[in-house]
Amino acid sequence: MPLTITRTLDLKGFACPIPIVKTAQAMKQLAAGDLIEVFATDPGSVKDFAAWSKATGNELTETSQEGGVFRFVLRKKG
Amino acid sequence: MPARVVVLGGGVGGTLAVNLIAKGLKRDAKVTLVDRTGMHVYQPGFLYVALDQANALWLARDERSLLRKEVDLVIDDATKVDPVARTVTLRRGGTLAYDHLVLATGARLDREAVPGYGGTHDFYSLEGAQRLREELRRFKGGRVLVGVAGIPYKCPPAPVEFVLMLDQYLRDRGIRSKSEIRLLSPLNRAFPVESASKMVQPIMARKGIELATFFNVESVDEGAHTVTSIEGETIEYDLLVLVPPHRGAQVVEESGLTDAAGWIPTDRGTLQHQRHEGIYAIGDATDLPISKSGSTAHFEAPVVASRIASVVRGTAPMAAYEGRVMCFLEIGEGRATTLRFDYKHPPVPPQPSRLWHWAKWAFNRAYWVTVPQGRVG
Repeated sequence: MPLTITRTLDLKGFACPIPIVKTAQAMKQLAAGDLIEVFATDPGSVKDFAAWSKATGNELTETSQEGGVFRFVLRKKG
Repeated sequence: MPARVVVLGGGVGGTLAVNLIAKGLKRDAKVTLVDRTGMHVYQPGFLYVALDQANALWLARDERSLLRKEVDLVIDDATKVDPVARTVTLRRGGTLAYDHLVLATGARLDREAVPGYGGTHDFYSLEGAQRLREELRRFKGGRVLVGVAGIPYKCPPAPVEFVLMLDQYLRDRGIRSKSEIRLLSPLNRAFPVESASKMVQPIMARKGIELATFFNVESVDEGAHTVTSIEGETIEYDLLVLVPPHRGAQVVEESGLTDAAGWIPTDRGTLQHQRHEGIYAIGDATDLPISKSGSTAHFEAPVVASRIASVVRGTAPMAAYEGRVMCFLEIGEGRATTLRFDYKHPPVPPQPSRLWHWAKWAFNRAYWVTVPQGRVG
């Protein structure tokens, strides 16, 4: 399984549902097991990414926050 | 010599901006509005046309009748903007030179972006709303799916309002018991704003309107009558209604003034183009991280008008846009709430009431004599 990030999305400033939709679209281009990193500032995105990961089976491997910016790392299900 | 101000696009934002600029600068400016059709269309009315509650004639007026007499109206298609020479090229010939340019070029519908979209129904154009109205008149029951085929799109509350109004329409026609209504949502709730979702979901549940969660439309198969999501789910339908994907206008895209999706890189506060001094963008055309809606354009137009007036008069421009947006959200049963927010403050919708429902109704009717002229702030 690759441990490096395949794709990074900068979705800072965008309100939901844009971070989820853009991430779903971007993941479509990835191979199973690839990691994608997403930066967002919408506080609602924390719950949304957790729920989306649970519903779709794409694993949310990391959620962190620094200075009002959230960072999510997701692994495409395989 | 008076300053030459050109505004492209006679929608809510362009019409209000050009009137405010003409009013503010009087003889200090020569103000021109370029509009492709010369007709002003009230887009929030499409929903009512589709559901047979309004006649299409109510939605369109002659643009000239909404403009101050000092404004020159040019009915033509702008095909090219040259930000270096400061000119706008028109399709039927000729160019307009400008000192200040306002891009109020809106969004266009990009149905080809969804594989298989074909003749899928929508209520995002007058033709689309009229075609859907005919289809609904013929509808005898079945499964109706309503969703969004791409983001960003105009008027985020529209799909929720549509399913609630459709429920009532099918009840009035006596075919609700033979029909299913399902809202396809990109999230795990009916509406992006969580507090508004909490208000609307119990009402949807009570009315038997279903919700397909995390359903981001990827493709349509009209032959098989199915729609498939990026998440991998496929659902059959009898009638599919989608908000088509949006992108920026061709003229700004082909002039190299946009990002890859056709939106104009716009300063959040000054509304000036991020790369070109003297060019401003308002309304659906911008890349700002806020809702695309008439109200956004309505709040942005005075900022641009004031900044241009200051520059022309040689004073420091002070007006700044703070991201203000205001939407009504009809939640059914004759009640509505409002979503008011800006860059710094998320919406906190008040309890739904009949008052907001009537406020929306009154606004729809008063629009023509208030908004384009700048009579309501």
